[in-house]
Amino acid sequence: MNAPVTPEQQALLDRFVRDNKMFYAPDPAIMSNHKIEPRSEIEEKLLSGPVDPHKVNEVRGLVLAALDESHTMIEQMGAAPGAKWGDMTTAVFTASGDLTMIAPHGVGGFAAAVFYPIKFINKYWRNEPTVGVRDGDAFIHNDARYGGIHNTDQSTMMPIFWKGELVCWISATIHEGENGSTEPGGMPAAAESKYDEGLKMPPFRVVENFELKRDLVTFLQNSVRDPKLQLEDMKVRLHSCMRLRERIISLLEEHGEEALIVMLRKQLEDVVAEVRRRITELPDGITRMVSFADSTLREAALVKMNMALTVKGDTITVDMRGSSPELINRSINTNQASFKTMLYSSYMQNIWPDLPFTMAVFTPFDFIFDEKSLLNGSFDTPQAMSLIPLFKTMTIACIPMAKLIYGLPHRHTAIVAPQYDQPATLIYGGLTQHGEAVGNFCADINGMGQGGRSHLDGEHSVSPPFAAHCDLGEIELMEEDLPIVRLGAFTLSKDRAGFGKQRSGLGYEQIHTFRNSGLWGFMTGCSGSLYPSAMPLFGGYASPTYPLCKIKGVNVFDQLDRDPDGVEFDIVDLMNRQPIEGATYSTHPMGMTFELADPGELYMMCQGAGGGYGDVLQRDPERVMKDLDEDLISHATARDIYKVVYDEQNLIVDVAATAALRDSERNSRIARGVPYDEFVKTWTTPEPPQNLPFMGCWGEQDVVYGINVGKRVQMKGTALQSQFMLNPKDVEIASLKAELAALRAVPR
Amino acid sequence: MKVLITENLRIDLDSEQWECRACGKALRSARDNYKRGLLVHNRDPREIHKPLLDPTRYQLTYAPNPEWCRILEYYCPKCGTMIETEYLPPGHPPIRDIEFDIDALKAQWKDRAEITEPPVAPDPPRPRGHGGQPVARAATGDRR
Repeated sequence: MNAPVTPEQQALLDRFVRDNKMFYAPDPAIMSNHKIEPRSEIEEKLLSGPVDPHKVNEVRGLVLAALDESHTMIEQMGAAPGAKWGDMTTAVFTASGDLTMIAPHGVGGFAAAVFYPIKFINKYWRNEPTVGVRDGDAFIHNDARYGGIHNTDQSTMMPIFWKGELVCWISATIHEGENGSTEPGGMPAAAESKYDEGLKMPPFRVVENFELKRDLVTFLQNSVRDPKLQLEDMKVRLHSCMRLRERIISLLEEHGEEALIVMLRKQLEDVVAEVRRRITELPDGITRMVSFADSTLREAALVKMNMALTVKGDTITVDMRGSSPELINRSINTNQASFKTMLYSSYMQNIWPDLPFTMAVFTPFDFIFDEKSLLNGSFDTPQAMSLIPLFKTMTIACIPMAKLIYGLPHRHTAIVAPQYDQPATLIYGGLTQHGEAVGNFCADINGMGQGGRSHLDGEHSVSPPFAAHCDLGEIELMEEDLPIVRLGAFTLSKDRAGFGKQRSGLGYEQIHTFRNSGLWGFMTGCSGSLYPSAMPLFGGYASPTYPLCKIKGVNVFDQLDRDPDGVEFDIVDLMNRQPIEGATYSTHPMGMTFELADPGELYMMCQGAGGGYGDVLQRDPERVMKDLDEDLISHATARDIYKVVYDEQNLIVDVAATAALRDSERNSRIARGVPYDEFVKTWTTPEPPQNLPFMGCWGEQDVVYGINVGKRVQMKGTALQSQFMLNPKDVEIASLKAELAALRAVPR
Repeated sequence: MKVLITENLRIDLDSEQWECRACGKALRSARDNYKRGLLVHNRDPREIHKPLLDPTRYQLTYAPNPEWCRILEYYCPKCGTMIETEYLPPGHPPIRDIEFDIDALKAQWKDRAEITEPPVAPDPPRPRGHGGQPVARAATGDRR
């Protein structure tokens, strides 16, 4: 038996381990903790005495103005396309790293992800003799495994010192796009390992004495396709942080550090108290929701997200067990920190948009995940297209929260059905007409249709699901910089809506081509071509499915030269009438890895609609006529879905005939409906259909299905295994070989 | 005392029953799954999300694939109101989406006034966002 370890020996051992750490990987203690830190000594001292709320408010206003200014600087100067449409933010954090405030028009998810790397710096670099944290330093970071949404986003984080003490942290984040990944644009669907993802920056110091270290900048420029973008925006983020710092230093000079520390901490604690109060208003119990992505972006697969929200007293438990297992060679995994960040964004956009944007909102929340699930992916999983689960994360809570909130005497905001939840935009790469290498994405990612609302229809193409105020950018500006030409833009996608008592907002059509480049290509990273994306609320219908449409083999500009008026740029008309001579017309799932195109070929997709709200038979017939008048729906939809009788010429409703038709439809429903208990006996199957590539639990959440090396497997939820997907080309080759063998076997 | 739960459902706390808000029919014990008091129809999604592209030419047409997705429509057995819709893969067990602690609900509403129509709440705020030159002009006092 070994002798017990003495305290001296233990201290020696601890020091040895600390001094000889092999690799500073993401720290699970940081990455699994979304809650605010305990009060620091100084916070405890200051907040245990009387606090002047007027002073707090004054200081908060000054910080908010400074954040607004620094954010506007990025907006005006940023080089990344994302910076031109609002995909960015500046933020301020406590000295411990808790997010206190973001810029008024900022994308909160960015800041809500940055507290993780700041806490990493505090824990590991601050006392590390070879690194340290000093006045004038700034750190850079992009790897979502250390905190973040995905690796296209780069953050600059700067400590603010006052009288020699660290008093707070500030940050500036931009969706930069290009990051040297295996496909241009920074969101590679083709990534089969994390080493295909391009830049993977854990937090490290890149600024000393308020100046960028040019050797490190050069290293980063050398690692990406767009070195100009990398340099420009590192400068922009740094100078935005420096301006923000300047304002906070002025504040400290005027009001002192105690006022700032009190405000930063009190903001967090007040929000926690308010959220606990709001949760207490909700009924105790459980609401549940399932959501499916229908693609890994390499092959069709039905990938499940399984949610149960449990309200008990002043706490909500988010249980995501039973969701799909992680895919070790596909890029659509995410990690629990990214998941929480985007779920939090959803709460701030749809549930409690009136609250200050601080991660403290989630302090009363607890989470449960299966290990190695798609949403709680391990360190080695590729996560470059985490947007597939994360965009669904931004809407998945709308439905179960609506069922908790609907009956409350007071609502903090309107109840809204889920917004469209896929990043429906083209990602591009190649050489521009100016001879520059670029890779990035289009602003259409910000144009999702809203879901139907409790009192109104959803708005068309209103915003992304992560920030209500992001913009679509200017097409003309894009065409100045890039060879992309938009032949059809912002035409609402008629009949492609979530129908309901309150219909969703519609998405719009995007018809892209390019010219004046000898090397150009596109990719898309969406699911929702087989299974609808945006789910409905309270008896409405979902968004439809959306394919990627291509017209290839001809240069459309030649046709336009010959016959400028012969082509109408409407996707349905183009695909059904096929007016471009000699072209090949095809539809595809909206997950497409990067492919080179020829000039004048068309790539067409839609931004999507949200979910519908309520029974279609309760929709006011006059509003159905208005939809017709605005060309949002067809007569077939008005008649067959909404059951309205009217004159097609003048859109005058026959009120009595409509009431009779709707009564008749209600009677038909009663006639065709089957009592639930009887229905489930014939409907429910013990496991997923054999032909369905299904991932996730089917019935009980602790039995999870996966697809490993081409075969269905069943696992316990507590012991998920990473799933390895076959190369789609190998699958196709095997299929073609089998077909060839069968043909050869036929006697001639 | 009746508590509104969704656009189409409420719970009568006295009788402990789920009720249809359109016709008042008592559907099921509030301690049970309300869906058990409803009728269900397995709808081919192409009937609602109709193919807009020619199905003889294209496999993907804006209509969901019925082998991947079905719509379960839940109706009130008395008035035919569509209480809920549920999109699921064929054969997937329906979700028990609402499971409240009825005793806690009673305690919670003991001191609340009954609400028969839900409050109209404000839309989520849409702060004036990315504005480029117009915002810059406004900041300088230029009101053009």
